[in-house]
Amino acid sequence: MPPFRPPISGGRHERALVAMGAVMLRVSAIHAGYGPVQVLNGLTLEVSEGEVLCLMGRNGAGKTTLLRAIMGLIPLTGGEVMLDGEVISTLPAHEVPKRGVGLVPQGRRLFGDLTVAENLEVGLMTRGRGARVRDHVLTLFPRLRERLSQVSRTLSGGEQQMLAIARALCLEPKVLLLDEPTEGLQPSMIALIRDTVRDLKATGVATILIEQRVDVALSVADRIGFVSAGAVAEVAEAAALTATAPQFQTYVGV
Amino acid sequence: MDFGPLLLLAILEGTVTAAVLALTAVGLSLTFGIMRVVNVAHGEFFMLGAVLAWFVSQWFPDAPLLAFLLAMVICPLVVAGVAVLADVLILKRLNYEPEATIVATIGLLYIFQQAALSFFGPNARPVAPPFNFRVQLPWFGYSGYKLFVILAAGVLLLLVWLLIARTKIGLVMRATQIDRTTARAFGINVDRVYAMTFGIGAGLAAIAAVLVVPIQQAHYLMGGDPLLLSFIVVILGGLGTLRGTLIAALLIGLLDGLLSTAFFFPPTFAKIMATLLVALVLVFRPEGLFGRRTA
Repeated sequence: MPPFRPPISGGRHERALVAMGAVMLRVSAIHAGYGPVQVLNGLTLEVSEGEVLCLMGRNGAGKTTLLRAIMGLIPLTGGEVMLDGEVISTLPAHEVPKRGVGLVPQGRRLFGDLTVAENLEVGLMTRGRGARVRDHVLTLFPRLRERLSQVSRTLSGGEQQMLAIARALCLEPKVLLLDEPTEGLQPSMIALIRDTVRDLKATGVATILIEQRVDVALSVADRIGFVSAGAVAEVAEAAALTATAPQFQTYVGV
Repeated sequence: MDFGPLLLLAILEGTVTAAVLALTAVGLSLTFGIMRVVNVAHGEFFMLGAVLAWFVSQWFPDAPLLAFLLAMVICPLVVAGVAVLADVLILKRLNYEPEATIVATIGLLYIFQQAALSFFGPNARPVAPPFNFRVQLPWFGYSGYKLFVILAAGVLLLLVWLLIARTKIGLVMRATQIDRTTARAFGINVDRVYAMTFGIGAGLAAIAAVLVVPIQQAHYLMGGDPLLLSFIVVILGGLGTLRGTLIAALLIGLLDGLLSTAFFFPPTFAKIMATLLVALVLVFRPEGLFGRRTA
């Protein structure tokens, strides 16, 4: 875990009211898509240590594609992605997580036939982490410790989401990418996920959270980026927004 | 011979067939299950293993045991190396598109066959068994080597199972099989896993051939039957299940042994029955006997 650097004061982030740590992930004017279909059109954003950047936008705006592009799973046709000062968008896809990017994919995408323990093991292997990290992650999600030998496909939806997050935390990530982690969960589980994301801030991890629920976004995000047509149309401080803010109507349609 | 002893002989013969078939089919099952590649050249990897075993046996004509032990190590390694090259140079460049890999492996099948014809010749050649002793049963004597084949195949299959189920390499292979995109997102070098899987699959076919070649001669066209029977076994057992593959191999092997040894049907009849069995399974359980229903 990198030491938590003190917040940089001054005007480094024009948009930031509460200054976070140093910029951890910088996405600069990236273009990407699937074959001839261009999805991301010069998308730019940055997220700092200990910050939660929430991305909102309509279906097809490019949020999930952005995460896939950061992970190196689809090639960029322009722009670059920098992690902690290193360009990662030229690396092969399997090297990106090794630099410290943890992904909680949409729909969880657990290794369904593997047990809880094996799913965590895959996460631990990514950056060669061992018993210490495993223990820490299991302390965050005690329910998983009770189910280590259970096949992950048979977990409840909430438990599967816990495991997806736990698996990503096994990397001790510098940057955590969460793609709609609250989708389809019951309120108590949503609250748990929200609290977990909030607690992770204190450890210095930079988080990008894709979220459809306005209440969740407002309660955990430092900033909210509104994605439209493959670019970040507007970034606002979460503290400056309310649930009735016009941006939600314009960009999310709620 | 009375029917009882004949039945025992048939079961023994069937188990030998099943043991060799299981090894070959597990290799095919791995490439089919993990890479989704229908490897039409799998039987040629088997043939290459047998032909190479003959070459190794020619180095030590007076020491069949030494030649056999060397062949058990060299043949699977060389064949696995050839397979890794085929994966990296050909299959990977086709992005593992199902149709393209079928055509490519058909091409490999002909290349390997013609190469064997050129370097090995058109004749079937015997390889001396590493040892000659007969186990004398009250009713008939039975080849000790054939019993050894059953034992060796059992040990090798156990090792494969341990590799897949108990090691980190196996975990990486299983994760890749389930979801290769997510595997990549967790730092797994999918290209390397695929090359390794293709190599292990081919190596298993080769080692099965080294075991079989003292019983059945090496020939450049010997790959056809193992290929077809392996496909039958993999489809019967269910995609990507080791257990299913093993049980299906036993089923097909024993069917072959019983029909051709105990009931004196021509060997082709056993294949007709095996094919019928697959047809029936596909009608009533399309996912195979032990496969999981998808979607």
